[in-house]
Amino acid sequence: MKPTYIITSILITASIATIPVVFSDDDRREYRQQSLGVAAVSNPLYKEECGSCHMAFPPGLLPARSWQKMMGRLDDHFGDNAEISDDNHKVISEFLLSNSADDSRYRRSKKIVSSLDNEDIPLRITETPYFKHEHREIPDRLVKGNPQVNSLSNCNACHSQAEQGLFDEHNIRIPGFGRWDD
Amino acid sequence: MKSILLLTGLLAAQGTTALAASPAVTDLLQSYQSQGATTGNADTGKQLWNKTYAAEAPNTQRSCTNCHTDNLGNTGKHASTGKAIKPLAPSVNAESLTDRNKIEKWFKRNCKWTLGRECDAQEKSDLLTFISQQ
Repeated sequence: MKPTYIITSILITASIATIPVVFSDDDRREYRQQSLGVAAVSNPLYKEECGSCHMAFPPGLLPARSWQKMMGRLDDHFGDNAEISDDNHKVISEFLLSNSADDSRYRRSKKIVSSLDNEDIPLRITETPYFKHEHREIPDRLVKGNPQVNSLSNCNACHSQAEQGLFDEHNIRIPGFGRWDD
Repeated sequence: MKSILLLTGLLAAQGTTALAASPAVTDLLQSYQSQGATTGNADTGKQLWNKTYAAEAPNTQRSCTNCHTDNLGNTGKHASTGKAIKPLAPSVNAESLTDRNKIEKWFKRNCKWTLGRECDAQEKSDLLTFISQQ
């Protein structure tokens, strides 16, 4: 081997070894989101149509079979009529199914799916075993007995970044109580 | 003096604009008439707004006021989820009644929940006339 080749190869090796691993802010945010939460809600039509009566729940909180069942009965949506136009129904169904907890890269979506049996089709996020496990220590007086919370389904009453799909403990503030740490 | 007159004129013009029904309301009221309704009556609309209907638990007594309160200038509250509902009165909420599809969507959903059936053209005509004047 000629000396110039040797020097060149040493230089190339050295430069590769010293290239710093650069993560952009987007990478960091994505990593944080994947490890701490579920995907944020990205569809404006879904936000508008489903978010007028309740928080627009991130689709990664339920498996596709749950969303499919729910979208099939919007005339009786937990006792309420939530019918939408056929066009909107199609767009929203596609959004929910393609962003469901199944096959998700997000930690909490994976945990929700793995807490379910294959034949389970939960319609309420609050009925999934993972959700119940995570909230098992919260006393009723802080939820049902708390006029600023009322129900565990009001995620954003305590999880200040729920709509962004973040459910980690640092963002929990229970109204009238304060921070919640396990 | 001239400027005061001009200002009064401008304010009066603005007042008129604010009170005029939105194109969405005008269109819909015409459409209800083409479906056989007579001109909307705000008093009848108000009675319908406050009328209570029996229904299944947990909301055994249902009326528009369950969620929207009896003052349309108030912020309402969803009967089951508790989520805040923006005031329906156009004098308080400029966005209200400006989108024809939205008005029809909510009439369909909310009449089914409250009355147990869809409202007919006359009922919608009266209700919309009442709400648009708030």
